[in-house]
Amino acid sequence: MPLTTPTPTAAPPAGLAPHRWLRFAVRRSGRLLVSLWVLVTAAFLMIHLVPGDPVRASLGPTASAELVAARRESLGLDQPLWVQYATYLRDLLTGDLGTSFGSQLPVADTIAQRLPATATLALLAFLVAVLVAVPVGVAVAVATRRGRAPRTELGFASTSVFLATIPDFLLAVALVWVFGVTLGWLPIAGQDGAASFVLPVLALAVGPAAVLARIVRVEMLAVLETDYVRTARAKRLPPAAVHLGHALPNAVTASLTLGGLLLGQLVAGTVLVESVFAWPGLGSTVVESILAKDYPLVQGTVLVYGVGVLVVNTMVDVALAVLDPRSTIGES
Amino acid sequence: MPARLPAPTRRPASARLPAILRTPLGVTGAALLALVLVTAVLAPLLWGDAAEAVDTAAMLQGPSADHWAGTDNLGRDLLFRTLVATRLSVALALAATALAVTVGLLLGTASLLLGPRAGRLVTAGVNIAVAFPGLLLALSFAVIFGVGQVGSVLAIGLSGAPAFARLCQTLVAGVATRDYLAAARLAGVGRLRILLRHVLPDVGGPLVVNVTIGAGGALLSFAGLSFLGLGVQAPAYDWGRLMQDGLDRIYLDPLAALLPGFAVVVAGLAFNLTGEAVARTFSIDSISGVSLLAGGALRTRRRPDAGGLPGQDATPSADVPLDAGPDLVLDVADLVVTVPTPAGRVRPVRGVTFQVARGEAVGVVGESGSGKTLTALAVARLLEPPTTVTARRLSFQGRDLLTGDHRTLLGTELAMVFQDPASSFNPVRRMGGQLAEGARHHLGLSRRQARDRAVDRLRSVRIGDPDRRAGQYPHEFSGGMRQRAMIGLGLMGSPALIVADEPTTALDVTVQRQVLDLLAEVRERDAVALLLISHDVSVVADVCDRVLVMYAGRVVEDLPAAGLATSARHPYTRALVAAVPHLETDLDRPLAVIPGRPVDPADLAAGCPFAPRCPLADARCRAEDPELVDGVACWRPGEDLPSAVPEEATA
Ligand code: SF4
Repeated sequence: MPLTTPTPTAAPPAGLAPHRWLRFAVRRSGRLLVSLWVLVTAAFLMIHLVPGDPVRASLGPTASAELVAARRESLGLDQPLWVQYATYLRDLLTGDLGTSFGSQLPVADTIAQRLPATATLALLAFLVAVLVAVPVGVAVAVATRRGRAPRTELGFASTSVFLATIPDFLLAVALVWVFGVTLGWLPIAGQDGAASFVLPVLALAVGPAAVLARIVRVEMLAVLETDYVRTARAKRLPPAAVHLGHALPNAVTASLTLGGLLLGQLVAGTVLVESVFAWPGLGSTVVESILAKDYPLVQGTVLVYGVGVLVVNTMVDVALAVLDPRSTIGES
Repeated sequence: MPARLPAPTRRPASARLPAILRTPLGVTGAALLALVLVTAVLAPLLWGDAAEAVDTAAMLQGPSADHWAGTDNLGRDLLFRTLVATRLSVALALAATALAVTVGLLLGTASLLLGPRAGRLVTAGVNIAVAFPGLLLALSFAVIFGVGQVGSVLAIGLSGAPAFARLCQTLVAGVATRDYLAAARLAGVGRLRILLRHVLPDVGGPLVVNVTIGAGGALLSFAGLSFLGLGVQAPAYDWGRLMQDGLDRIYLDPLAALLPGFAVVVAGLAFNLTGEAVARTFSIDSISGVSLLAGGALRTRRRPDAGGLPGQDATPSADVPLDAGPDLVLDVADLVVTVPTPAGRVRPVRGVTFQVARGEAVGVVGESGSGKTLTALAVARLLEPPTTVTARRLSFQGRDLLTGDHRTLLGTELAMVFQDPASSFNPVRRMGGQLAEGARHHLGLSRRQARDRAVDRLRSVRIGDPDRRAGQYPHEFSGGMRQRAMIGLGLMGSPALIVADEPTTALDVTVQRQVLDLLAEVRERDAVALLLISHDVSVVADVCDRVLVMYAGRVVEDLPAAGLATSARHPYTRALVAAVPHLETDLDRPLAVIPGRPVDPADLAAGCPFAPRCPLADARCRAEDPELVDGVACWRPGEDLPSAVPEEATA
């Protein structure tokens, strides 16, 4: 009988050190710094791992030897590796990401110009995914718990699996066809007004929303069977207070870790979706720069995406620490 | 590529392969996969030439009778091209997966191959890499290896490696500590050999699942990379490439982009469903549903004759209300709890009748599965559908709980104390708020008033510094404090009855006394009645006025607690008492002296349910079920028991 299953839990000692938040902050930022260092070093090494001479590869076989040598010198590629590394780190700290081979503009400027479109897209998609997935997951969990409404459960399970399997860029193409071409309701390319956001945001949000809704449902089902939810019911609170006030915070906390991974993938997913919708963001920049072998621009954009993912992961951990008072202790 | 974690133990893979094909998921997955693989092999042979046939008369056409999916800029048939592209798309995905698995295996087993120190370094690196999305890694690798097929296989393969490495680390960590590995190492077996001969076979099952799902992921990634123009380059073509070419013409010929897209989805599904089906068959799933009604006692099949409906022929004397006066807090007659199970409806509580007077302490004892906890939860109206509760009478404080909404009555006058205080408070909310919310809701107190009352009640249950404690979370309380806070929660209203379900079982022996004393004190102070569910006969004898002994979902004896040791008449009660040296034995452990096992409510025979274990059982006992008459349900109450314990008889 699920209601009488005791959960043996070791009780932590009462009266905890007040500086546990500080410890958490130190530990977490330590991890962030290590990850950042690995990321920056990887971005630096990327250009050196390119087989052959990256400058020659970028300028093409017809470029003169003088031009190649001059470009090498201006990039500092004639220096010893560790000097280049030190220079790279120093420049990074001052916000200097180098100069694009193609446009001869500072990479930082290009990124600053393209980043907002991408960040808006990713953020909106994430919001939509969460705002759809959490209520749906909670509602389906409440409706289908303990084997109730088996048909709702089956419908939800199959729909969500199907939606989660379709990759975002394929969904984007399908959306373009349905809403742009067949129905003609929405613009299918470029960023121009609110309507132009609908399809790209949808394409990015549907997959993560489906996965997240499944996670939330499973976590919610587990939480609804806990002793503390039974306690809440024993207080004779209205069902909404039990489900939203007691069960939901725990289910969301439990869903957060996996949700964070989804968000990271969503950031990367913008590259493909932007390509479908000719979105004026960083995605097309990174693709074009890879194709053009514009290495400084590639380095800069990859770095920005990586930092974006790291920021997302860190935010998830911080949110987890705020929402779940046990998590800061659990780590030590 | 998402890594699935395995269940701890598995059977050898080969034994269960046919079982996969017996599930609908497995059949669909396998059929799709077969379709994709056959197309990959045959399509280039059958339509390879047709897909390359340039037709300058039919360039960039929409769908037609000749070209069902239209043509490209050289007039080549797009349907054929999509079919033929299957081979390259699948082959590249498989190549990338093979690379990912190989590199992942090497990284993941680094601790075995290179020794612990280098292994730890690799693990740290893998942990960082895993945090980055695969596409981002693939793009970075694409920079290094350049665009094109080879570069993309390397990029996607390497970007998938960290996930597999993580998986292998987890799997190997589970295997590496086992004895036979230590033995093999001692015997001087080389590291690579240990890996190949001992570790890999053991982690094979989950690996196969993840490789299958990983291949699906690689297929989608490859389509993505080619779609971006970084993967397959003309004149070669895969699905991603075809989609990229088709997207520009989506107004003219939607199929040019949609058809290869559809192919990608089908192929992706084929791999994913197959992997999923294998995973289910081997129970290697990370987020499966929560099992419903996972009760060992309720799982079994139900016999058609499992207990007749109680109450229909109840003896009137058993349920005449003591006195329907104001002194009766709880009045229960013929309470039945029904639980639907996959095997049919089971009734773990079958017609329970009792009353609790104001200020009275009634104990309910019985083995696990006797229905005592379900009785308590049913009385408190805390059982939820699909479990159903019926009764001829169920009234609390003179109000009929079977009809109408009694939320405020129950919320203020019925207090619950549950078994495990560690899990009975919401871990993410402060204690003060958890105590206060009911009072705010039912009594209309303001936030401040409710908090003040919560602090006051915490003080009254002897929690020191209650003001500070109210701002803490449950994990900052000790076990005994939490249980006292639970009692304090019940005191937020003005309780007439406390239902306590094993309130001391989860506590240290030293704090058990405190909690029992506190309950006694509360009862005395406000004449609160107590319904104490316990498997601990000594606790019940100590705390209660009256005892209900439950067996197989019924009350078999109802007697004063003081008479427990001397005047018990039911053979079960007497066996309980005799089995309890100094009344301190834990009933949840098997009692050697009461032979046989507790009955399964799903599997009740006719007659007295205790008959199989009863030394007095006769033919009548096995044919007819005795009703509760004069406080005992037995055909032969109080008769002398044959000497039950052989050792004593021979001594
Ligand atoms: S009715 Fe018969 S079998 Fe049942 S307890 Fe009494 S004597 Fe034993």
